[in-house]
Amino acid sequence: MKKNQVLPLYVLAAVVLLGTYSCKPRNAGSAVTSGAAEKAYVAPGKYDEFYNFVSGGFSGQMSVYGIPSGRLLRVIPVFSVDPEKGYGYSEETKPMLNTSHGFVPWDDLHHTELSQTNGEIDGRWVFGNANNTPRVARLDLTTFSTAEIIELPNSAGNHSSPFITENTEYVVAGTRFSVPPDNVNGDVPINTYKKNFKGYLSFISIGKEGQMDIAFQIQCPGVDFDLSHAGKAKSHDWFFFTCYNSERANTLLEVNASQKDKDFILALNWKKAEEYVKAGKGKKVAVKYAHNVYNEKTHTATSEIRNEVTVLDSKDFSDLCYFIPCPKSPHGCDVDPTGEYIVGSGKLAALIPVFSFDKLQKAIANKEFDGNYEGIPVVKYESALYGEVQKPGLGPLHTEFDGKGNAITSFFVSSELVKWNIKDLKVLDRVPTYYSVGHLCIPGGDTRKPNAKYVIAYNKITKDRYLPTGPELAQSAQLFDITGDKMQLILDFPTIGEPHYAQAVSADLIKSKSVKFFNINDNANPYVSKGEPEAKVVREGNKVHVYITSIRSHFNPDNIEGIKIGDEVYFHVTNLEQDWDIPHGFAVKGAPNGELLIMPGSTQTLKWVPDRVGIFPFYCTDFCSALHQEMQGYARVSPAGSTVPLMFSTGKNLPPSDSTSAK
Amino acid sequence: MEKGKLSPIVRILLLAGAIALTVSIFVPIWQIDLDAPQYPEGLTLLIFSNKLGGNVDIVNGLNHYIGMKTLHAEDFIEFTVLPYLIGFFAFAFLLTSLIAKKKLLYVLLIVFILFGIVAIFDFWRWEYNYGHNLNPEAAIIVPGMTYQPPLIGFKQLLNFGAYSIPALGGWLFISSGILLVISVFLSTKKKSSTRHLKNLQ
Repeated sequence: MKKNQVLPLYVLAAVVLLGTYSCKPRNAGSAVTSGAAEKAYVAPGKYDEFYNFVSGGFSGQMSVYGIPSGRLLRVIPVFSVDPEKGYGYSEETKPMLNTSHGFVPWDDLHHTELSQTNGEIDGRWVFGNANNTPRVARLDLTTFSTAEIIELPNSAGNHSSPFITENTEYVVAGTRFSVPPDNVNGDVPINTYKKNFKGYLSFISIGKEGQMDIAFQIQCPGVDFDLSHAGKAKSHDWFFFTCYNSERANTLLEVNASQKDKDFILALNWKKAEEYVKAGKGKKVAVKYAHNVYNEKTHTATSEIRNEVTVLDSKDFSDLCYFIPCPKSPHGCDVDPTGEYIVGSGKLAALIPVFSFDKLQKAIANKEFDGNYEGIPVVKYESALYGEVQKPGLGPLHTEFDGKGNAITSFFVSSELVKWNIKDLKVLDRVPTYYSVGHLCIPGGDTRKPNAKYVIAYNKITKDRYLPTGPELAQSAQLFDITGDKMQLILDFPTIGEPHYAQAVSADLIKSKSVKFFNINDNANPYVSKGEPEAKVVREGNKVHVYITSIRSHFNPDNIEGIKIGDEVYFHVTNLEQDWDIPHGFAVKGAPNGELLIMPGSTQTLKWVPDRVGIFPFYCTDFCSALHQEMQGYARVSPAGSTVPLMFSTGKNLPPSDSTSAK
Repeated sequence: MEKGKLSPIVRILLLAGAIALTVSIFVPIWQIDLDAPQYPEGLTLLIFSNKLGGNVDIVNGLNHYIGMKTLHAEDFIEFTVLPYLIGFFAFAFLLTSLIAKKKLLYVLLIVFILFGIVAIFDFWRWEYNYGHNLNPEAAIIVPGMTYQPPLIGFKQLLNFGAYSIPALGGWLFISSGILLVISVFLSTKKKSSTRHLKNLQ
């Protein structure tokens, strides 16, 4: 071979090599295009455009981020104790975490849902679910704190929750881990799952002031109810729940619950259920569950154990529940803004089925059924199907809508967001996520009126995205601009706990309603001191009640004597400030408890059982003023049976009470 | 027109002054705006004819650091007297407008100016006392530092910038004084003003 014939081959090889090299996927950094920083930049002192309410997952809390900056604004304690804020540590907040099992200090908050009116976010409340010990919480958006928690009997693994109807008529809760109902003997062999285990769906009614009450429960076959969403507009009366494990396996579900090609979406007519309950068709069942309410006037939570729920058995009513087959262990169940399209997402599927509400109604009317499953009619797949999105990606999980006829679906396995058109089911765009996105959120993306400026992906894995912090790494959110045809990554930021579902809403709807402090004159806590003259120390047997006030920068009283070993001391701390952003903290040396963080105008109580004789300093923990360091006091603990009289003072020394001080 | 009598236009001006004074009894007369790094939203003290308004409690809470006495409306005799004094002047304006005698108008001007001077002096004295009579046991004592707010205008007091200006009632009060001066002016130069008015017609 001649030299000049070989040369082109070398050139060709080089071109191919170079070509291959440039085809190698670039690292994530290069996925950010120019202009991204500007879009996510919110200048110091400027406000974000959206509040983002993000579930804290196994932290049990809810976090609030500003969008587009990704700045963490607040972590609201919900289902887990929070020593930082005294939540679950103060006597006033302990009842919030009461359940039929007693005080439970932790849970797993998966989903957030903002209250709606006419299918639009109204900015009154945000709800959260507890997945482990089944509960639903309502958070007040004027105080950004947990206002109410209700426990769910007959239930376990409350995952398909707290999704709501269009006028916040109901918040639902479901059962992911079917169990025998509470009022039957649960001492049964686990392998009798098929016979004894049930999946309950709860409908919690929401009153005008937000009061939660279990209106009714629907007993369904024992499967794993996973996620849900209410219908909209024409499908207003319906609720849709996905479920997996229609195999009804009780062991190694990874394999045994993945056998069938299709599981189900349950279509449930809640208006009908409401009618049946009204007509007295429900069965009153004896159960036990806690209902906890935080009163903003007394600044105190109360917990009440309730004893009855109304249950409808799904198989007793022919027009209440219908199963729609849905491929491969469906997870997300999302209804588009028109209420016509129901998107099911099979975790293991390579397509996305889109169901039509109109077709479903027709199929039900014409009884186009494929038999029944545990007494519930199964609608023929094709009869309810609008169409399938072909080759969208791998492992679709959740879908949100942009209100412009498009849907964006998250894909865990292929780690990407995919935008597709609902009408023609064609894929329009895809962007990678870093890594393995779970839920996603478009502001108002599950309502009738999405505000589709951004989509936020909540990722399960971050690996190399941030500086390493040992084996445990932060999970993350990623923000994409979706105002153009192409989704554009503009920011990623770490999150607390594990973010599952999140919702976002225009800040304008909420920010002006934010409470700045509580009016001290409205404080109805039985242990309030409305001013320093009311400060006192009172002994009731072995209980010592310290009515103590905080104001910049002293406590009244700040010298307390006469406490004895064996006493239970209750510090009832009232923050007398009537000014914005002046909380005071309170902590005592050696107290096996958290601190108190007392908002202006409120009263909180720290219980302290001294374990030894001595002098115990207490102090303000929240830097309140230039003389914050001086905001301290002492409690003297004497031996049991001591004759040191109870005395208290601020600013002047009382005459010595015993010989020790006379020296 | 009868000699020594006020022209209709002057009587209308006086009537307007009477109304302005009446209104000023019920709205804030003076305001002191306070700004500090910790108070980006600002604090305001409003001085009404009969009470204090705005963020009195917060200002009192802060003032204890420098040993300033706390402000309480009941400590001021002014708040009992002032509504009646202003009411008296409103009535005097009205009466002058009704009787329409020039002499009365001139007396009113003199008394009103005297009242204004006394009021401003009283306000200054009030600010002086609060700014200077400090508790010697105060947490923050800056040698030589006093905390007298400005009578009018801006002054920096430690971390607080104090900006003192008339509020609506104050402006109404000043306006009624101006109306009074114009009335006197028009009444003393009656000939030229009527000619001027005729020219206008």
